[in-house]
Amino acid sequence: MTDQTRDRSPTAPLLEVRDLTIDFQSHGRSQRAVDGISFSMAEGETLAVVGESGSGKSVTALSLARLLPGPPECSISGQILFRGTDLLACKPHEIRRYRGKEIGYVFQEPSTSLNPVFTVGYQIAEAIRLHRPEVTDVRAEIIRVLDLVGIRNPELRWNDYPHQLSGGMQQRAMIAMAVACQPRLMVADEPTTALDVTIQAQIIELLRDLRTRLGMSVMLITHNFGVVSGFADKVIVMFRGRIVEAGSVEEVLAAPRHPYTRALLACIPRIGQKRRRLATIDYAAIERELREGEGGA
Amino acid sequence: MKTLIAKRLLILIPMLLAVSLMVSLLMSLAPGDPVTQFEMMPDVDEDYLQRLREDFGLDKPWYVQYFHWLGQVVPFSYDPQAASFFQRFDFTPNFGFSYHYRTEVWDLIVQRLPATILLSLTSLLLAWLIAIPLGVLAAIYKDSVFDRISQMLAYAALSIPEFFLALLALVFAAWTGWFPIGGFTSTEYDFLSPWGKFLDIAHHLLLPTIVLGIGGVAGIMRIMRANFLDNIRAEYVTTARAKGLSEGVVMFRHVFRNAINPLITAAGFAFSSILSGALLVEIVMNYPGIGQLVYDALLQQDAFVVQAAVLMSVIMLMLGNLLADVALSMNDPRIRYD
Amino acid sequence: MTDGIFRQLLRRPAGLTVLVVLGLFYLIAVFADFLAPYSVTDQDLRSTFHPPTALFIEDGRLHVQRYEMHDGENDNAGYRKVPGEGSPISFFAEGRDYRLLGLVPMNRHLFVVEGPDRLYLMGSDQVGRDIYSRLLHGTRISLSIGLIGIAISMCIGFIVGGLAGYFGGVLDNTAMRVTEFLMAIPGLYLLLALRGAFAEDFTPTQMFFLIVFILSFIGWSGTARIIRGMTLSLRNRQFVLAAEVMGQSSWKILWIHVLPNVFSYLIVAATISIPGYILGEAALSFLGLGIQDPSVSWGLMLSQAQNPQVFMEGYWWFLVPGLAIFVTVISFNVLGDVLRDIVDPKQKFLRT
Repeated sequence: MTDQTRDRSPTAPLLEVRDLTIDFQSHGRSQRAVDGISFSMAEGETLAVVGESGSGKSVTALSLARLLPGPPECSISGQILFRGTDLLACKPHEIRRYRGKEIGYVFQEPSTSLNPVFTVGYQIAEAIRLHRPEVTDVRAEIIRVLDLVGIRNPELRWNDYPHQLSGGMQQRAMIAMAVACQPRLMVADEPTTALDVTIQAQIIELLRDLRTRLGMSVMLITHNFGVVSGFADKVIVMFRGRIVEAGSVEEVLAAPRHPYTRALLACIPRIGQKRRRLATIDYAAIERELREGEGGA
Repeated sequence: MKTLIAKRLLILIPMLLAVSLMVSLLMSLAPGDPVTQFEMMPDVDEDYLQRLREDFGLDKPWYVQYFHWLGQVVPFSYDPQAASFFQRFDFTPNFGFSYHYRTEVWDLIVQRLPATILLSLTSLLLAWLIAIPLGVLAAIYKDSVFDRISQMLAYAALSIPEFFLALLALVFAAWTGWFPIGGFTSTEYDFLSPWGKFLDIAHHLLLPTIVLGIGGVAGIMRIMRANFLDNIRAEYVTTARAKGLSEGVVMFRHVFRNAINPLITAAGFAFSSILSGALLVEIVMNYPGIGQLVYDALLQQDAFVVQAAVLMSVIMLMLGNLLADVALSMNDPRIRYD
Repeated sequence: MTDGIFRQLLRRPAGLTVLVVLGLFYLIAVFADFLAPYSVTDQDLRSTFHPPTALFIEDGRLHVQRYEMHDGENDNAGYRKVPGEGSPISFFAEGRDYRLLGLVPMNRHLFVVEGPDRLYLMGSDQVGRDIYSRLLHGTRISLSIGLIGIAISMCIGFIVGGLAGYFGGVLDNTAMRVTEFLMAIPGLYLLLALRGAFAEDFTPTQMFFLIVFILSFIGWSGTARIIRGMTLSLRNRQFVLAAEVMGQSSWKILWIHVLPNVFSYLIVAATISIPGYILGEAALSFLGLGIQDPSVSWGLMLSQAQNPQVFMEGYWWFLVPGLAIFVTVISFNVLGDVLRDIVDPKQKFLRT
């Protein structure tokens, strides 16, 4: 991988999703998880996808590298252009060249996302051996990557099994696996949700640090607006499979246009603001507002 | 690990004491004794029978006989005159004398035990070699024609009584003449080359192994399929795919290593049914193992032989379970026996 | 609760199929005397190892083909058809006396041969008994031994497992050590050792109950462990604690609160263990340690197939009882699996 190929088409976006629709089939019923969404990401940009569980944000994230189950269970249409190549049109062996190498994934629950019967080092080595055959000293590379994600004494820890690490350390190992092949895009699917609050901040700080050091784009999936500000450049708000609001973080935070976004923002507890109880999302109110909006237009 | 092994071996001692006590009691409950069969002979007089009974200690109550037996069994005699330190201890166990075979029980056991162990291991191996790939394929291609057929065959194999299958195998051997009927070796075994000896034993072992293995195939296949299906949806599978690993590596390295764990536990339990099955197969197919020995001994009321054979089966079962636990702890890093 | 299980069972094709098969078998067991042309002991030494007889229709009536012995060449003795001769068969005719369900005296049979020829639908054995008739009568042993056996071992299993799980402590410890002890001996070795303690000469009924007793003695430990596990998990549930606080006796709690909650599992565990009893009896009888001649059981009939003549001459019909055992066992296995799918789909308590 040379810099020349990296900057082949500087004007084209890194990722462009067009009219992505995802349906799940179960027990003879079809359920639309993602409904014709389009968005794009530029090289080096950080995009936050915000929404509650079931809004289709995780499904969108998994669909980028075609990690969803196959056709009878799940059907995808639209286009996912990664540096101009439509990943949805790729053959299975072609898509594998993008997984891990171009797009790295970090998932929500590190304790179940890491394979319990292999050492952390082994699981990182798998990615390195697959995508970076030029690396001769794989062990040294594992230790370097573990050091990069802030695991202390990596030369001792690389041979540990996942259950021997704490939750935060597990997630760091997970991130190490994702960045081991220096992907252009890291997809972090709720990377802090399963962790303690103090650890959450550390992991976000780590992602911020890695983003600049490795020059990656980051797509952060979260349900928490609190994480978005100060981390992301752009934000997409998803509600029931659709994008209801998109724009720069400043715009959206300062002047949310969609009632759902406003409701989500209202849920963030703020220091100095005295409230007897936390706000909850009133779906009936949102729907009422949406109907009125449509009627007005 | 060492504590586990030590603990299990320690548990074995009271277990063997209890089993032997029970077998002694049961054998003494049976009407008649080994000498009874001589009573029918016209030329044997009462005094001789009485003397025989006294010689064997058969006139004493069963618990006296038991403790007498127990005193003999403990394989420990100390000889301070021996040359080296280790030679001072004699570990040859004395399991008593067989009335029927007119020989030391221990000699009988030594003769028969390897055949049973070999048969159990080969059929276990056969079962694993066939069942694991079948179970994995059935799980990967769930609900396919292959899955349905293999599930049905598994049901069938689970439901065929071993002795019926053994009988069918005998009929097959008799009709085709391809396999020897019974035995562990041919009569000319002693004159064969080492390779010839190996082939001869394999030839005798093949049919019993298949008969005993088929039931195991079915059970292991079903467990393997279920475990594989449990793991195929796990999150670590998505992680492995997200790294760009091929589907083969994901399935056969990542899922497989996790799915095999419950199977190792199950193998320990399955050992019990393998030993029971081996008993029937040995009797029907006239395979000279410990199962056939215990059956013949039972018919002849040869108490010490029954005793020793049952104890051996218990030891084999416990060691089999122990081996399974050791193998499990080696395959699954989360398991620690402390 | 059990009502719903039954309805779900009927809705599944596999469940329905095996219920029909087993239902048929139980009908056969009840009406064996009516369905069988001969009694269990009816022998004919002039027609031993007779192959299944042919049938033909003459004058609008079904006839049994007549056979004669021939010496043949090279010692190849056997039976030969006598062309055109035979005896007519009458349906629902009077024949030998029997008692329906052991009570009602009757002498009607589904079919009776009128004449000197004998009808062997599945051939005859080494003393010229009709294998078909013996097979039908053998159904009684195989289909009842499982039910009676599990009834006994379920009771013991529930009492021991329930008490152990409920009271814990020394009782629990002792009970579990005993079950471990029973499980430490490979099943068939234990079976043989137990059988060895009893004499050979029993009446058929005594022998039947001896076998049931031995099999239950071995079988209760597995049930006890399952029940103990379930009782332990019920033990700290609110309604049990509430009943305890209100001063209900332990027996009453076990009976009123624990039993109904574990009942469906108990049914499934019972169904799953039925094949073990059927196979256990068949194995014992096969080894000559169970049901004895002239009584009949499938295992005993199969042991007669060990006769070298059967092998050499290819008397395949001796193997039919094996098929009967197979069909019965596979039916119970499928039934057990379907029931487990309904009651415990996650296999929390009842693993394969």
